[in-house]
Amino acid sequence: MRRYLLGRLVSLVLSLVAASLVIFAVIEIVPGDPASYMLGLKASAETVAALRTQLGLDAAPPERYLSWIAGMARGDFGLSYTYKVPVSDLVAQRLTVSLPLAAYALALTALVAFPAGLLAAARRGRIADATVMGATQLGIALPNFWFAMLLVLVFALHWQIFPAGGFPGWEGGIAPGVAALTLPAIALALPQAAILARVLRSALIETEGQDFIRTARAKGLTRGQTMLRHALRNAMIPVMTILGMQFSFLLAGAIIIENVFYLPGLGRLIFQAITQRDLIVVESVVMILVFAVIVVTFAVDLAYAAIDPRLRRRA
Amino acid sequence: MRPSLSLGLGLALAAALAAAVSLVWTPYDVTALSIADRLKPPSAAHWLGTDHFGRDIASMLMAGARTSIAVALVAVGIGMGLGVPLGLLAAARRGGWVDEVVMRCNDLVFAFPSLVIAILITAVFGPSAVNAILAIGIFNIPVFARVTRGGALGLWTLDFIRAAEVAGKGAARISVEHVLPNIANLLIVQGTIQFSLGILAEAGLSYVGLGAQPPTPSWGRMLAEAQTMVTLAPHVALFPGLAIVFTVFGLNLLGDGLRDLLDPRLRPRA
Repeated sequence: MRRYLLGRLVSLVLSLVAASLVIFAVIEIVPGDPASYMLGLKASAETVAALRTQLGLDAAPPERYLSWIAGMARGDFGLSYTYKVPVSDLVAQRLTVSLPLAAYALALTALVAFPAGLLAAARRGRIADATVMGATQLGIALPNFWFAMLLVLVFALHWQIFPAGGFPGWEGGIAPGVAALTLPAIALALPQAAILARVLRSALIETEGQDFIRTARAKGLTRGQTMLRHALRNAMIPVMTILGMQFSFLLAGAIIIENVFYLPGLGRLIFQAITQRDLIVVESVVMILVFAVIVVTFAVDLAYAAIDPRLRRRA
Repeated sequence: MRPSLSLGLGLALAAALAAAVSLVWTPYDVTALSIADRLKPPSAAHWLGTDHFGRDIASMLMAGARTSIAVALVAVGIGMGLGVPLGLLAAARRGGWVDEVVMRCNDLVFAFPSLVIAILITAVFGPSAVNAILAIGIFNIPVFARVTRGGALGLWTLDFIRAAEVAGKGAARISVEHVLPNIANLLIVQGTIQFSLGILAEAGLSYVGLGAQPPTPSWGRMLAEAQTMVTLAPHVALFPGLAIVFTVFGLNLLGDGLRDLLDPRLRPRA
């Protein structure tokens, strides 16, 4: 077990180093000088040069890379060119929208996908299965931003149950905040639920065919009991992989949905930063997202070991 | 043929046909503005109505199909063109450092948020169909590399490959002559899936204004333009969305159907 953990940890660190190098290199080749962006067209060459020195842009690339990494290790992500505030503050503030949104969407995803996947697997080959499978195919094909527009049209403009966009902040209480996140969460969750339900169904069907399930049935358990007690636990490995990927996707992938609903989340921050060439924000937020993906993958790997004792022994 | 496969094939062919016909004919000129006819609901003259500039939506959808299909198809080509050789190489050198490097690079690409990077690429190098293709294509490479390696690894343990090795064929020649034909099924199925994902990605990019630029019609941008008029004329937002859903739905059914058809183990026993 300790060797397994250590191996996973080493690959975690290597991935982070490689990812940070790639991000730094990409930002390096991006055309456009932040100093001239910040000062506008009329700025003199001297002011631009002075600002470049002040921002540390005139140092050699390896030096800048190291100071970027060292800064991040201290929790200092640099200063946003456009907002003139620390990137860490910006990110922290945006996470109060993005994290609840991702968690909300993931909860909805699981809430829809588990019953649907279990039902389809239990009624394999019957009408219920065909219906669920057809619906999930449609769900996967749904562009979430279009689905979001339809939701706004029906639930915000026609029936006026939920707000059409914007975010009131958490200061005014939980309820208005949750209401503002409901339509975006549904728009994000439905296509993800379709994917998860399909994965769960095929994982369940795969385990159903195995000998230990037959043994469980032979000792007198009903099909429903074997499915919930034995098959589901074994089917959790692929399901957790997908859930982990979906959480990382929801954190970053809300970029378009946040634009549809004018939500001040991480996605909207990075989208605006890209269009405004606020490269320090882009660089740091992408790094944070990649960090999140790698750490979530790591956590899922550990959870495998917790669920499946065979993995511990093999490693 | 299963009904779902026929449906998928039908929908995919319909989209392809609309795109092909739009090259020579559309009901109206897609760039012709007619303010007097703006936001008209579907009618005999305009089957799917008109948009805020009075352009014919059916014509724009036909021409938009061309953009979607071209972008997604070339992006799949990039993914296959680079990913398949990398996967074959990794499998031929399985367990070696080449394999390790290829697979670690793959994992690395998977760790990046693809949509964010696609937006970064298109925003930095200028929004255009070509940059959208590149942005989508890059993320297809590891997908094909992984599928190719996975399929090829199993083959390398089989006797007929051993026999080819004994006959003196090199790894490259075996990969091309024996491995590749045997994983063609996998690649066709994965290609269909990536193709449909590419159409969704292209729609997303042009929705935020980073795909094909005006006057080239594109489904995603039609939706973006429709967003502010959705209460006045819901049909403007409805039809481009349906076009995306039906095309992607059709391609997914086609991919699933092909997998069942090409994999003998999944074929229902007669």
